[in-house]
Amino acid sequence: MAKGNFIPIGPFHPLLEEPEYFKFFVEGEKVVDAEVRVGYNHRGIEKLAESKTYEQDVFLVERICGICSTSHPFAFVQAAEDISGIEVPERAKYIRTIIAELERIHSHLLWVGLAGHFIGYNTVFMWAWKYREPVLDIFEAISGNRNHYGMFKVGGVRRDILEKDVPGLLKAINEVEGFCSMLTKAVMDDPVIQARTKGIGILKKKDAIDLCVVGPVARASGIDIDIRKDHPYAAYDKVCFDKIVMQGGDVFSKAAIRLLETIESVKIIRACLKDLPVGPIDAAIREIGIGEGIGQHEAPRGEVIHYVRSNGSNYPERHKIRAPSFMNVPSFKKTVIGESIADAALITAAVDPCYCCTERMAVVDRETNRTLKTGEDLVRLCQEKTEKIIR
Amino acid sequence: MNILEEIRTKFGNKADIFVKSKKRVYVSVSVDDAKDVIGYLFRILGARMSIATGIDTRTGIEMLYHMAFDKHDLMVTVRTVVEKPELKMPTLTDIIPAANWIEREIHEMLGVDFTGHPGLERLLLPDDWQAGEYPFRKKTFDSEKENIERD
Repeated sequence: MAKGNFIPIGPFHPLLEEPEYFKFFVEGEKVVDAEVRVGYNHRGIEKLAESKTYEQDVFLVERICGICSTSHPFAFVQAAEDISGIEVPERAKYIRTIIAELERIHSHLLWVGLAGHFIGYNTVFMWAWKYREPVLDIFEAISGNRNHYGMFKVGGVRRDILEKDVPGLLKAINEVEGFCSMLTKAVMDDPVIQARTKGIGILKKKDAIDLCVVGPVARASGIDIDIRKDHPYAAYDKVCFDKIVMQGGDVFSKAAIRLLETIESVKIIRACLKDLPVGPIDAAIREIGIGEGIGQHEAPRGEVIHYVRSNGSNYPERHKIRAPSFMNVPSFKKTVIGESIADAALITAAVDPCYCCTERMAVVDRETNRTLKTGEDLVRLCQEKTEKIIR
Repeated sequence: MNILEEIRTKFGNKADIFVKSKKRVYVSVSVDDAKDVIGYLFRILGARMSIATGIDTRTGIEMLYHMAFDKHDLMVTVRTVVEKPELKMPTLTDIIPAANWIEREIHEMLGVDFTGHPGLERLLLPDDWQAGEYPFRKKTFDSEKENIERD
């Protein structure tokens, strides 16, 4: 294939968690081929985990990602508990569920805000991030931190939710529900957002099955998988919530799923706070035992899976980590080819890998090495398209 | 549909099934049968490939393919050992496109050669990383460590 001009995106973007380098080959405005390089932020955590104790590894894996910082400890502690079938106290299960769902709300709102910014709707950006703040305040009230909560440990949780705090938390979560419903309606009913996202970057169901994509990306293409429902863990089998599945496979479906899931998360948190069982929060584990274990957790972006092999010592012999983006990012090749550059940024972002990479975009003429379009130009291009639709 | 019965009737003695718990099953197969078994789980029984894990052992690289059955609340892990020093194993990418990235990762991190892979290039390591240097290989194995301590 004649690969003429290409648009490099990445590799470094300061806001989101995974530096990647996308190369879009273009003919005019149309993307004809795409490549991706990852690994710019490979920190060798799997290897590092083998030299730390199980207690330390919980903190280590929490630092894999800043936005979904509970996903990895959640999967890791479940993998360690799976080795010798450790039972976690009921109260700890409920607290774990509350933390995981609060994280889903703030992660989804963060994505919606950034997506709004890039289609030129800064109002969406401002509102989504404004409503994300009370969620972080709830986190601070529960764990003492706005991010990196340090709540998990093998066999339970580190901090309890005090009975006297529950009414205040319920009031705060009701407010969050109001914001989420309002934002969901406003975004989903907006004709301009529909025009920019419907029918764009479609991932067909067959491709989604072949690429084994997970989370909202899979559910947007009509595959009804959700680890919380399919492989119930923590308190997810004790609360009532809906699995949101859509058939479109386009950017709109992915956005709608994330927005609707925030409301489901509120339901789960409220049910957990109301039914919080009394009892211990920690099983006081002395030994992990010999064997191997697998832990799964439905992170905001999809299934996180950890595999841990233990030889009976204090250190894992092997610790394998797989984040959802590892399965979701390869799908962009199916979705972005044939679309225009103005939409390419939005489509890669719909997977929720990293968004501000687009600020590092530049169209370079290979022969003269002259920059034709900078990242700012491309963001403007994306925003101008929205303005045209408004007019 | 009982997944384990299906595997048992299809592969018989070739697949050694170990039921660890209600949700976790480990199936040991030889390298030659691995592709057939995993392909059967994915194409016929409708499993989702969650990920593969490579573990360095003294005699070879132990490969684990974690296949999730989301409708059955079951995780079937197919285990096979790729012998050192050849470390050759047929690729799965022609059956499961999702295996592309993880095979590239295991190739560069542990040195397994997946024959027939469409592009076994670097995925995570930098371009100037020394060839033949595999970061996830172990320098010593646990049994050796014990000997050192005893000495």
